[in-house]
Amino acid sequence: MKLSAKKISKDFAEKAVFKNLTFEAESGTCLAVLGPNGSGKTTLMRILSHLILPTSGTIEYFEHERSIPAERIFQHIGFLGPYLELYQDLSAMENLQFFSKIRSMKNFEPKIFKLMERFGLKGREEDAVKTYSSGMKQRLKYVFALLHEPKILFVDEPRSNLDEEGIRLVYDVLQDYKKDRLLIMATNDIDDLKLADMRVQVNV
Amino acid sequence: MYKAWLVFRKDIQQEFKTRYALNAIFLFAIVTLTAVSFSIGAFSAGPEILSALLWIILFFSSMSGLAHIFVREEETHTADTLKLVTTSSSVFLGKLLFNIILLFSVELLVVPLFIGVMNFVVYDGLVFVLSLVFGSFGLAGGGTIVAAIISKSNTKGALFTVLAFPILLPVIVSGISAAKKAATNAPFVSATSELQALFAFAVVIITAGILLFDFIWNE
Amino acid sequence: MLVKLLKFILYFVLSSVIYGAFFYAPLAKGLGEYTRVLYFHVPTAWITVIAFAVGALFSGLYLRKKILKYDLWAEAANQIGLLFGVLATITGSIWAKMSWGSFWNWDPRETSIFILLLIYAAYFALRSAVEQADRRAALSAVYDLLAFVTVPFFVFVVPRIYESLHPDPLVNTQGKIHMDGKMLLVFLSSLAAYTAAFVWLLKQRIDIIRIQLQLKQMEN
Repeated sequence: MKLSAKKISKDFAEKAVFKNLTFEAESGTCLAVLGPNGSGKTTLMRILSHLILPTSGTIEYFEHERSIPAERIFQHIGFLGPYLELYQDLSAMENLQFFSKIRSMKNFEPKIFKLMERFGLKGREEDAVKTYSSGMKQRLKYVFALLHEPKILFVDEPRSNLDEEGIRLVYDVLQDYKKDRLLIMATNDIDDLKLADMRVQVNV
Repeated sequence: MYKAWLVFRKDIQQEFKTRYALNAIFLFAIVTLTAVSFSIGAFSAGPEILSALLWIILFFSSMSGLAHIFVREEETHTADTLKLVTTSSSVFLGKLLFNIILLFSVELLVVPLFIGVMNFVVYDGLVFVLSLVFGSFGLAGGGTIVAAIISKSNTKGALFTVLAFPILLPVIVSGISAAKKAATNAPFVSATSELQALFAFAVVIITAGILLFDFIWNE
Repeated sequence: MLVKLLKFILYFVLSSVIYGAFFYAPLAKGLGEYTRVLYFHVPTAWITVIAFAVGALFSGLYLRKKILKYDLWAEAANQIGLLFGVLATITGSIWAKMSWGSFWNWDPRETSIFILLLIYAAYFALRSAVEQADRRAALSAVYDLLAFVTVPFFVFVVPRIYESLHPDPLVNTQGKIHMDGKMLLVFLSSLAAYTAAFVWLLKQRIDIIRIQLQLKQMEN
């Protein structure tokens, strides 16, 4: 899997957030998106994941040198960010079942239990998400992002709301993930950057 | 289509836990019905006024509940999540189905109450029921696509009715006229043009909604 | 130079239409002076329809190409449409007062133009409620097209349910036009002049939009 972003720019309320960003990244690496608060890290993450369109420029994903059509890209993407919430009124299980079914996954129940266990949420499957603490919600978001075994993982603020044990766990998972897949991470944290192989600076 | 069904089921699940839209639309309908009944009494109004009142109650009740389905996704920041897992057309069809069911359930409660409380005599049940069914499809179709529009704008509440009213007026006009004919024992054929109009409107607005929704959802 | 000349010709033709409507064209048999409003009412109503159709066309073009200027063009066309719509309503209202006795009585024609104005007022309300330019463009383009597909229902449905007193538009059921040569001349040149005025207005707005966009680009 290869990401190729060419000359992407985004205007927000008629002011440029960033201009003419060009970069590439391949599976087996971690790309870090850096920049001060309000600089457009999140905007860039959402553009790279095809959630919103850039004002100009192109983002393409290649698998075995063949471009993946835009309407099929979401199958390969896992996304985790503070603005990407799960349904608070539903239980964790109801959430994950809904997402698995709508993604046409087969035999997803054991995968759900396995990931819930790995992220230390075993036994809380039937509780409504709104009863979770913020750290547990962040863990649950990792389960949601990884459940369909995506080839590209977007993580916006990987450690927000997590305790020390949670952070260790997440680093483990991400380190493991980026061995053969593409990890894209938006952060300002120096510890997070130890994972990064490449950097894109927004708005300097 | 199966994915639209999943979106619909998810919304039903959510609705049963919060009952937000259901409460809003039912209470609004009951409150307006009470206000109407209280202020004009049971026997003073003829079929012309009563048909107009019925559709006004239905229209404004639907305005209080139909927008919720999209506004909720934006307010809880789940729109992006939903976008990641499924196609725009399945989202639209799922939400449309939800709104249609919502409207039908309100009508199932309000229309018999209205008939009972206001002494509204329906001679031609077929015309009346068909006009309500086709009308609900039109209201739900227009309401759903306008809800999608306003969920992305800055002011959500008041704008919904402002945008939906002029577009849905053909439904209200034809619905009132059909109800009037059903209540005055006019022959069935005389109401065919209203039923045709309601049916055609539902088809046109739902088709336009499906085609245009993608531009809102993936803006 | 050519543009200036065309502008002058437009000014001259529009003035002579006003003169011709009041002093040159004879009155139709059995009808009063108020029928002269016809020379202004029909062209304004015609331009309303044209402007909204052009607006919808630009809206569709925006959704296809996602180029911001098309959205601004659509806004401009709809503004002109709204302006002419108000003029058509006023001139029609004058006619209604003189021939039916009241300025407003919810005749189907009056109802449908009122709804039309309501729709486009809602269009501008929507525009003012969205700050981000590309989002505003997409949402209002969708609403514009949505409105455009429902307009035929007002034109066909409302008059079928309620009877109208409005004279048949331009070509009536007999396919005849009840006007003599002089009336027809003034009428047709009024139509042509109004159409030209619309094109000129729209071109002015499009030029302004181009300059505004260039200015923004220089600022960035």
